[in-house]
Amino acid sequence: MSRKLTAALVGNPNSGKSALFNALTGARQKIANYAGVTVERKAGRLALPSGEPVELLDLPGSYSFDAASPDEAVTRDVVKGTFEGEAVPDVLVIVIDAANLEQHLVFAQEVLELGRPTVVALNMVDLAERDGLTLDPAALSEALGVPVIPTVAVRRRGIEELRAAIAEAETHAHEEAHTRWHLTLPERRLSAKHMARGAILSKSTRHTIENGVDRILLNPWIGPVILFGLLFVIFQAVFAWATPFADALEGGVGAMSEGVIAAMGPGLARDFLTEGVLAGVGSVVVFLPQIVILFAFILVMEASGYMARAAFLMDRLMAGVGLSGKSFIPLLSSFACAIPGIMATRSISDPKDRLTTILIAPLMTCSARLPVYAVIIAAVIPQTTVGPGVGLQGLVLFALYVAGIVGAMVVALVLRSTVTKGTASGFIMELPRYQMPRIRDLAIGLWQRAWVFLRRAGTIIFMATIALWVLLSFPQAEPGESQLDASYAGVVADTLHPVLEPVGFNREMSLALVPAIAAREVAVSALATTYAVDAEDEEVAAQGVTEKIAALWSLPTALAFLAWFVFAPQCLSTIAVARRETNGWKWPTVMVVYLFALAWVAAGATYWIAVSLGL
Amino acid sequence: MTLDGFESGRNARITGVDWTSLAEDEAKRLQALGIDEGAEVAILHRGVFGGRDPIAMRLGNMTVAIRRVHAHAISVEAV
Repeated sequence: MSRKLTAALVGNPNSGKSALFNALTGARQKIANYAGVTVERKAGRLALPSGEPVELLDLPGSYSFDAASPDEAVTRDVVKGTFEGEAVPDVLVIVIDAANLEQHLVFAQEVLELGRPTVVALNMVDLAERDGLTLDPAALSEALGVPVIPTVAVRRRGIEELRAAIAEAETHAHEEAHTRWHLTLPERRLSAKHMARGAILSKSTRHTIENGVDRILLNPWIGPVILFGLLFVIFQAVFAWATPFADALEGGVGAMSEGVIAAMGPGLARDFLTEGVLAGVGSVVVFLPQIVILFAFILVMEASGYMARAAFLMDRLMAGVGLSGKSFIPLLSSFACAIPGIMATRSISDPKDRLTTILIAPLMTCSARLPVYAVIIAAVIPQTTVGPGVGLQGLVLFALYVAGIVGAMVVALVLRSTVTKGTASGFIMELPRYQMPRIRDLAIGLWQRAWVFLRRAGTIIFMATIALWVLLSFPQAEPGESQLDASYAGVVADTLHPVLEPVGFNREMSLALVPAIAAREVAVSALATTYAVDAEDEEVAAQGVTEKIAALWSLPTALAFLAWFVFAPQCLSTIAVARRETNGWKWPTVMVVYLFALAWVAAGATYWIAVSLGL
Repeated sequence: MTLDGFESGRNARITGVDWTSLAEDEAKRLQALGIDEGAEVAILHRGVFGGRDPIAMRLGNMTVAIRRVHAHAISVEAV
């Protein structure tokens, strides 16, 4: 017997399967407190107490095998053994929310009917205790006929016991599956009720905290004010809190550049390091603090359970443009990055709803735009306050985010009455219980995001910047001639410039947009490298890209550039993931074309209005 | 009386659900969540815009958000 054993985690959405998966395998899958975080099967390695390895699968949450959305279909297919290239799991681990027994036991019974070796993880027993529930796992185990292990996945409680139970269940893996009773849904629900009653030893009348907190956060008047206030604070904080750290990083990059200049003689190698690597990649890396602050807020909102409340508050607005609140979470994820956002649309059951959401996801302001916005805002928007605690720079950033959202809503409305015409599907969503975010999980989440950002800077941004530096540096200019004019890059800029000149872009901007097709942040590094290469002397070259922009760009031009990036689909990975999720090139093409068209019009409108206002 | 018109905060028992008026996948989802004859629910919160949509209700130990159209398909009586 050499075949590797497999086990799979199954259960209702938001029962903590991914947290348990992380605890059992040491993996760092994304976990958050709302239904539908996991949308595809993930595999990891679990070691049994004997040391024997088991492949553990983390599956999307599901309410029943009667799948309503693409992610639930994955779960059904894997568990039933009809998933392509996947054998039936040897052991099933049903994950149940201890505070929600009656509901979660319904699907648990459906899984148990398969007659496979099964273990039940009674997860989140700590939250059940908080709600005043005392449970009897032994009684539940007797009623279900399988071992029941109380766990608190996020606190790593009960993990060893669960490991041992999986090992024990695994010894029965080769026995014939004994199909058990088969019940209808109402019968299952009734027996779930009885089993839940039997397993609850005591239940205090203490009110759950959700009721009181939701009375404020979901209040029809105060709720939306709190939500918008919170978003406002986030964008203020991105500027205000990051400044000292960003300054320190910038100082570090500057010092390295000076060090290189002092250590090396003049020449191409030195120029490559200072103008290409340090000016280019360094100009993007300095935005790390801003990215980390933005993600800290997003992660806290996700982990606490507030995200689902935000979806509730936004649902009516979404319905107004033909989307459901279900689209809210994918769209919200897109504020971090459109790629997980587009993947999260798998939890939307209606295909037209899903397609519309995919097409507008790139309009949500992803974190890659932050460096572009931040560098332009810092260069042309004065650091004044327009009210107590309200900085103008943060306000402009907030406006850019709002512009993306409004743009997305308008596009959705148009799509919904044309290509994806149809009735909007409804909004049915569990509002999870509130949880205190754990520092450890936040730290891991932040570290992962920071690492992704730095890895991008080290790979895609680095490569694009180097390629640009080469094009900018050759052929070498004659004395007195501008290096940009003489170079190959100059030719590229001259070709593109006529298209972009009407919307106020100068030659350097037109050039920067080319490598920025790979990723938006490259626009910043490209501008930095272009200005560094083109600088006549070292003192000018040593200036940061912010100072260059402040000196060389007019306000209408800078605003037009910001407006361009609200819409422009400058990200190859997003286009690739849209192709994968829509199974073809048709919709990604539609997406790219309409977004570039909007970007041009928006940049133009901004430029012409700003000029006519005399800015 | 249907759930959408029922007083907030009061317990209601479901007396019937007009499944045919709902989209198939939504009917499935509601059923999977435990909406059916005999289940007890209470409206906790309502949205602010256009007819106070959506609705958050207590269902068992859960809080579930639904739209008004769903609530309209659910007949209830006071407990």
